[in-house]
Amino acid sequence: MRIYKIVGLVLALLIALAFPLVSPNPAVTTVAVFTLIFAAAATGWNVFSGYSGYISLGHAAYFGVGGYAMAILCQDWKIQGGYSAFWLVPIAGLVAALFALPLGWIALRVRRHTFVVITIAMFFILQLLSYNLRGLTNGSIGLGLPIPIDWGGDFYDIPFYYVALAVLLLAIGISWWVRNSKYGLGLLAIRDDEDRAMGLGVTTGPSKLVAFIISAFIVGMVGAIWAYFVESIYPASGFDATFDVAVVLMAYLGGLGTISGPILGALILEPAQQYFTVEYGANGYYLIIYGALFLVIMLLLPRGIVPTLTDRWNRIQLARHRESAPPMPAMALSTGSGAESTDRKEEINL
Amino acid sequence: MSIFLEAIVTGILTGGVYALMASGLTLVFGVMDIINVGQGALVILGAYLSYYLEQTFHIDLFLGLLITLPLMFVLGLLIELFFIRPIKRDRTMLSILVTYGVALIIEGVLNLIFSANNVKLQAWYITDSINVGGFYLSYIYIFGFLLAVALLGALYLLLYQTKFGHSVRASMQNRVAAELIGINVERVSAITFGIGIALAAAGGMAFGATNAFNAGSSYDLISRLLAIIIFGGMGSLSGALVASLSMLVIEDVTSVLWSPVWASTVFFILLVIILLLRPQGLFGQAEGRKQ
Repeated sequence: MRIYKIVGLVLALLIALAFPLVSPNPAVTTVAVFTLIFAAAATGWNVFSGYSGYISLGHAAYFGVGGYAMAILCQDWKIQGGYSAFWLVPIAGLVAALFALPLGWIALRVRRHTFVVITIAMFFILQLLSYNLRGLTNGSIGLGLPIPIDWGGDFYDIPFYYVALAVLLLAIGISWWVRNSKYGLGLLAIRDDEDRAMGLGVTTGPSKLVAFIISAFIVGMVGAIWAYFVESIYPASGFDATFDVAVVLMAYLGGLGTISGPILGALILEPAQQYFTVEYGANGYYLIIYGALFLVIMLLLPRGIVPTLTDRWNRIQLARHRESAPPMPAMALSTGSGAESTDRKEEINL
Repeated sequence: MSIFLEAIVTGILTGGVYALMASGLTLVFGVMDIINVGQGALVILGAYLSYYLEQTFHIDLFLGLLITLPLMFVLGLLIELFFIRPIKRDRTMLSILVTYGVALIIEGVLNLIFSANNVKLQAWYITDSINVGGFYLSYIYIFGFLLAVALLGALYLLLYQTKFGHSVRASMQNRVAAELIGINVERVSAITFGIGIALAAAGGMAFGATNAFNAGSSYDLISRLLAIIIFGGMGSLSGALVASLSMLVIEDVTSVLWSPVWASTVFFILLVIILLLRPQGLFGQAEGRKQ
């Protein structure tokens, strides 16, 4: 099993590295860049929300802060379009993390249900600020970013592709580390039963806040790349309510709290969304299809693809194992609410 | 001084309408533990229904409510039945996402039927105004407020004077215990959801009469409604009432004293301060351990 995993990962990495070189046309590469951007964002979101169980519906706030930080820094430091601008990406991430520190501290004072709503409220505060702080953000007109003139035509997407891939790999690395560390176990304990976790000595408050900040850092970097890629940012695009929901949906589709789930979700949803937008335009049909897709995923696969498949795989393994042994009552594996605790344990799989 | 008074009066009058929309949201949260982020879209749907009835059949907006309220109530029952009830685990979180999906579909349908152009409801009481102590106020503000008072009063009577109301409040206090003493919690939930959405439709009519709207207005609305119910305390009806009035008064006063662009920011900042002092909101109960 382990060897399959490693071979699979190496293969996936090689395909990802080679993709823009063999990509049939630039439009496909553009979609690939957006997909990587969203995969990284969903992974970043998952580091906090997936592991701790506190669902944030306001991560577009940090996406927007990252994007605006990128635009403002480029402007103030007079950075020309080109490779050097990419050095600002981690700085933009840090700015987003800096915003996340006080906001997370306030938002995390409450428990799960209210937390969701507070993150939405904070997202709207930042959006309003970006409209109103005209001196800094240029109001509703927004800011332009330096355009890399040297990268004409087909080449334009390629630097962005590799930078987005690098950020995605970093995000996966962080996600993997958190998932496999004692710290991550603490977060999962918070997800399962916060009071008990506290009783067992998990420092719940700081743990949640740190995860929140890490997650905002990743999402902020993603926002910076995105702003640079689309060459401009304005309040409705930087602080976009559909971004909030897109990352959540991706993580839920793939499997909340798994490492590969959010990436898988992004790989499925982002190309689909781009396709729908091209095919139907951003009008009513697009919204109806997207909404319906949303409902189908939530109602049919509330646990996501990865946990469901892992479950099935484990069941097959168990059944095979059992053929040699005397039959056992199957109730331990039934999906009723009683089996929830066993389900939870299996979600730990990659 | 007059401008200040005007801000307070319009704040209170529109606040009543927001209380109508927010009470549906907070009631549903209280009974069912779900957050209906589709409430904004449903408010707009209600406004469009009134618009449609008025434009096509020339039915007066307030009379039209006799048609739209039952329609929206049934729609609420259907949404509850098909989308909320099937959620078995992680109800609160999944409900947010599912109702968001419902909102997207409603927004898409409204975009297709009515296009994205802004519309405004028409009636004599919207264009005519009355002189109140030195400034002119459109009749609709007063009528909308009276409608809100009437419906919230009816809701109060329903909750506190009827057997059904007792079951609703029992389910709010403790779902499992309510079920144990023989209350059909699923039925109570469905009806509550329907009532919540019918209230949204009534609020939508009053909203559409005072603001130009299109399908996209729902985002702004739902952010305000969510802010209101957190401010007041989730699940608390009186909290929703107080919070709506204070939100609108603060906004209106800020916009005359300072600038309209800062109006909602001031409210949101106040919200954050309140949450620092009282994480459960003004009238909310502290969240304890739920088993």
